[in-house]
Amino acid sequence: MVGHHYVETLVKSDINADITIIGGETRPAYDRVHLSEVFDGKGPEDLAMGSREQYEEWGVDAHFGDFAKTIDRDNQKVITEGGQAFAYDKLVLATGSYPFIPPIPGHDQEHCLAYRTIDDLAEIKASAKGKKIGVVVGGGLLGLECANALKNLGLEAHVVEFAPGLMGVQLDDGGSEMLRRKIEALGVNVHTSKATQKIVKGDELRLKMEFADETELETDMIVFSAGIRPYDQLARDADLKVGERGGIEIDYQCKTSDENIFAIGECAVLGNFIYGLVAPGYRMAEAAVSQLSEDRTSFTGADMSTKLKLLGVDVGSVGDAKGQAEDSRAFIYSDERNDVYKRLNVSSDGKKVLGATLVGDTEDYDTLLQYYLNDMELPDSPENLILPASDGEKPALGADALPMGATICSCLNVSKGDVVEAIDGGCLTVADVKGCTKAGSGCGGCAALLKNVVDAELNSRGLEVNTDLCEHFSHTRQELFTIAQASQIQTFDELIEKHGHGKGCDICKPAVASIMASLWNDHVLESDLVPLQDTNDTFMANMQKDGTYSVVPRVPGGEILPDQLIVLGEVAKKYNLYSKITGGQRVDLFGARMNDLPNIWGELIDAGFETGHAYAKALRTVKSCVGSTWCRYGVQDSVGQAIDLENRYKGLRAPHKFKMGVSGCTRECAEAQSKDIGVIATENGWNLYVCGNGGMKPRHADLFATDLDTETLYKYIDRVLMFYVRTADRLQRTSTWLENLEGGLDYLKEVVIEDKLGICADLEKQMQHVIDTYQCEWKTAINNTEKLKRFRQFVNSEQEDSNVLFVEERGQIRPATETEKQRPELKAVV
Amino acid sequence: MTNNVICQTRDLVENSGVCALINNEQVALFYLPNTEQKIFAVGNWDPFGKANVMSRGLIGSIGDELVVFSPLYKQRFSLATGQCLDEDAALPTYNVAIENDDVVLVS
Ligand code: SRM
Ligand SMILES: Cc1cc2nc3c(=O)[nH]c(=O)nc-3n(C[C@H](O)[C@H](O)[C@H](O)COP(=O)(O)OP(=O)(O)OC[C@H]3O[C@@H](n4cnc5c(N)ncnc54)[C@H](O)[C@@H]3O)c2cc1C
Ligand code: SF4
Ligand code: FES
Repeated sequence: MVGHHYVETLVKSDINADITIIGGETRPAYDRVHLSEVFDGKGPEDLAMGSREQYEEWGVDAHFGDFAKTIDRDNQKVITEGGQAFAYDKLVLATGSYPFIPPIPGHDQEHCLAYRTIDDLAEIKASAKGKKIGVVVGGGLLGLECANALKNLGLEAHVVEFAPGLMGVQLDDGGSEMLRRKIEALGVNVHTSKATQKIVKGDELRLKMEFADETELETDMIVFSAGIRPYDQLARDADLKVGERGGIEIDYQCKTSDENIFAIGECAVLGNFIYGLVAPGYRMAEAAVSQLSEDRTSFTGADMSTKLKLLGVDVGSVGDAKGQAEDSRAFIYSDERNDVYKRLNVSSDGKKVLGATLVGDTEDYDTLLQYYLNDMELPDSPENLILPASDGEKPALGADALPMGATICSCLNVSKGDVVEAIDGGCLTVADVKGCTKAGSGCGGCAALLKNVVDAELNSRGLEVNTDLCEHFSHTRQELFTIAQASQIQTFDELIEKHGHGKGCDICKPAVASIMASLWNDHVLESDLVPLQDTNDTFMANMQKDGTYSVVPRVPGGEILPDQLIVLGEVAKKYNLYSKITGGQRVDLFGARMNDLPNIWGELIDAGFETGHAYAKALRTVKSCVGSTWCRYGVQDSVGQAIDLENRYKGLRAPHKFKMGVSGCTRECAEAQSKDIGVIATENGWNLYVCGNGGMKPRHADLFATDLDTETLYKYIDRVLMFYVRTADRLQRTSTWLENLEGGLDYLKEVVIEDKLGICADLEKQMQHVIDTYQCEWKTAINNTEKLKRFRQFVNSEQEDSNVLFVEERGQIRPATETEKQRPELKAVV
Repeated sequence: MTNNVICQTRDLVENSGVCALINNEQVALFYLPNTEQKIFAVGNWDPFGKANVMSRGLIGSIGDELVVFSPLYKQRFSLATGQCLDEDAALPTYNVAIENDDVVLVS
């Protein structure tokens, strides 16, 4: 990582240099910090930082998959294990570190693994497959992250720590204890003060760990995360100076004891200290590059504060977190009911922040960090900074108060001044500022602060972030929803007359139609609604590229009668439609002419079908797996549940389409975690997942609540969906909605489970109204000649559209291409 | 001046479009009862989507200009002039009017 940053910095500087990279791993540099995301479905390519093409473009000579073996300092050459030799003027060592594996007897058996590289992950995955228990040795930051990964792989996770507490490096005892409580509550088993003495073959599982206190633990696999050791063998062999406890010694210019050799990142030791984080590594890289130019800078140490989410628990550590400095005075706040622990260390005169520990709630992190980093003077009662505010107001450090030099993003070294400059340069949104300064593209921990600074800056310039729906309404969708609901407005005309101007457009009309539908649920073809809809809603079918339509009947839960399948086949044959099984467990019939739609639907409705709303921003399908009825692993009737859910929510119009899935056990054959609402059966009920997405930007759904009975399940889904309907932007899927929801998942839980806003009864009532007023739109339409009037190709002729032409392919029709249309003999296939 | 009757006003859909066949050309008719001109006629052929679909587009306004949005790829066309507001293209326009209950082509 740090080596790559060095190369990138050097290439982008004015310094002229021929650069060669020697990388031991087979792939170019990648982002180790987000390694665990590979368990959540990211591929190695998502983590890539450099690529071979990129290096080529930069004119960098890059070699991967071959370790440097010796440095010939006299002749200024590096020789690799593969026997290649490379000459250098200046050599930069950025070899990082490797996981320390304690020399416990038996540590080198199969299924005893480490956690550092992409290849390690593949091994962990393979080892965990189909197994029950996994142990992580080491309760530090990485160990806990690894435990989370094991948990996500479906294992029962255990953490074995030698010391009496977790994350001893970053947290004080109180914080460490609170973290333990929280993690145990999440189902991870924590064993502290445990010294492993031996690893032997297990009696029931693969391995058995024997501890000094004569207890034992059986497990299928062990991952070591007991600290890191710098890769310094190369330097030792070359007689470079190394630190007492390893690491290549460097000075403030990142030079080693050989003035032509630099060391940066996790392999380097400065004043007996190894900086095991990316941000300091990057600063070293920049300092090392600067030595090649006129304006040299130094690396004099770096801030090691961190904020992260471990197993879903917020943890923050600022500066001297444990208050070890002599004149340190602590304020400690502990709330064992909500599992929150905070400690603030200030100087004895109470004027400066020395450090802080935060567990369970890191809301104050940004403020404390800024006081600390910028050496700012504290207000009179510093304890208020960590105490919950009694009146909702907190003396948060306004972004305005920060000096220009304050670091906003420490990973990318972006200061408030840089952000201000970007805004001066024309960036008007957080996304623009991110793109321009790269702030926030490292660990992501600075996102909230960055947003605050950008908002405050825009505000101070009188620039308001424009959230208007379109030129016709200076309101957001959410505001329009509230207006329509509060003043009982039922038509677009009334809404635009009172709260907008002009005639509307393809943005506001469908958005308002959707709001009206969510609120009042009238038939889509009511005369005042027709002009609002996109063509798909108006014709209750999806328009295809040639102007014909597709027909998708609802198949709740994917369960279908043989006779219904036969009818689908017969209708397809009769109206010459192309048929295809969709990705949503149903059948799509394509190529229907507008004037045939009513007859086609008449026949389908007679066979018991209903509209599938494939054309609407509404519930699409509830995908199911076969479940306990047939499957030997199923623990609940997933098909029955899917059918019930589909029937409950069918017809609900929302800001965007939404999908559900129900799986009968954790094997998850219905892929429920990729749906807006996912339900997975457990022995005791149902686990509810929310806000997943497939499509353009896939997102795994978040676990929302566990072991629910069906009644509670419906209650929660009612509330989540209605809250989404009320507050989302137009065309915002639940995934992006949640990601933009202030407070995120925790806030959503507060609203839905704890009824923080006191609106749950109202949300349920509104949902009940939609459920009670459901109608199959096609059924209503075919019984109403007035509504069918539109399904005519021409108002003054019985002819058909002569431009709609098909050709045959694999035994079915498909639209003719433009060239095929020029060839008259093909027209016979119509 | 001879006026040809195309259809009746009851064949139209308020604030939306229908399609008529006039001298073998497909014409999209938009009925906007709250405007001065009340009825607009442009070609039904979408030059970008290459299909006869304009009559099924949504109606709206951009500034003072009344427009129809292509239902396929959402380009905007002026109802009055047929001119596309997004790219260099135009729909043919037709001179139509409402006389009593008839929709007529004015020639
Ligand atoms: C027919 C089908 C493809 C197929 O042959 O299998 C299909 C067809 C279309 N999809 Fe899809 N999607 C189909 C399953 C999916 C799936 C898979 C699934 O649901 O399990 C996904 C990914 C899952 C998801 O939504 O999270 C999917 C993600 C999309 C997206 C991207 C949405 C996103 O959030 O990124 C769009 C575009 C959009 O909605 O804005 C889209 C849009 C479309 C449209 C509506 C495009 C259009 O406007 O013409 C297509 C309409 C075809 C038609 O006329 O019926 N379709 N589409 C599938 C219909 C399923 C059904 O029975 O209703
Ligand atoms: C799972 C995980 C999570 C982490 N999370 C965070 C976090 O949230 N925040 C944070 O700041 N830091 C985090 N870190 C630490 C961070 O990844 C490291 O600080 C960073 O990777 C150090 O960069 P580096 O370039 O010094 O070493 P590395 O990224 O390890 O790169 C060194 C490379 O050199 C190669 N190499 C070694 N010897 C040789 C040789 N002789 N010849 C050729 N190549 C050689 C190695 O194979 C390796 O590819 C995390 C680390 C891990 C493993
Ligand atoms: S993936 Fe694209 S082309 Fe295929 S059905 Fe979905 S929207 Fe259409
Ligand atoms: S602090 Fe890590 S991305 Fe900004």
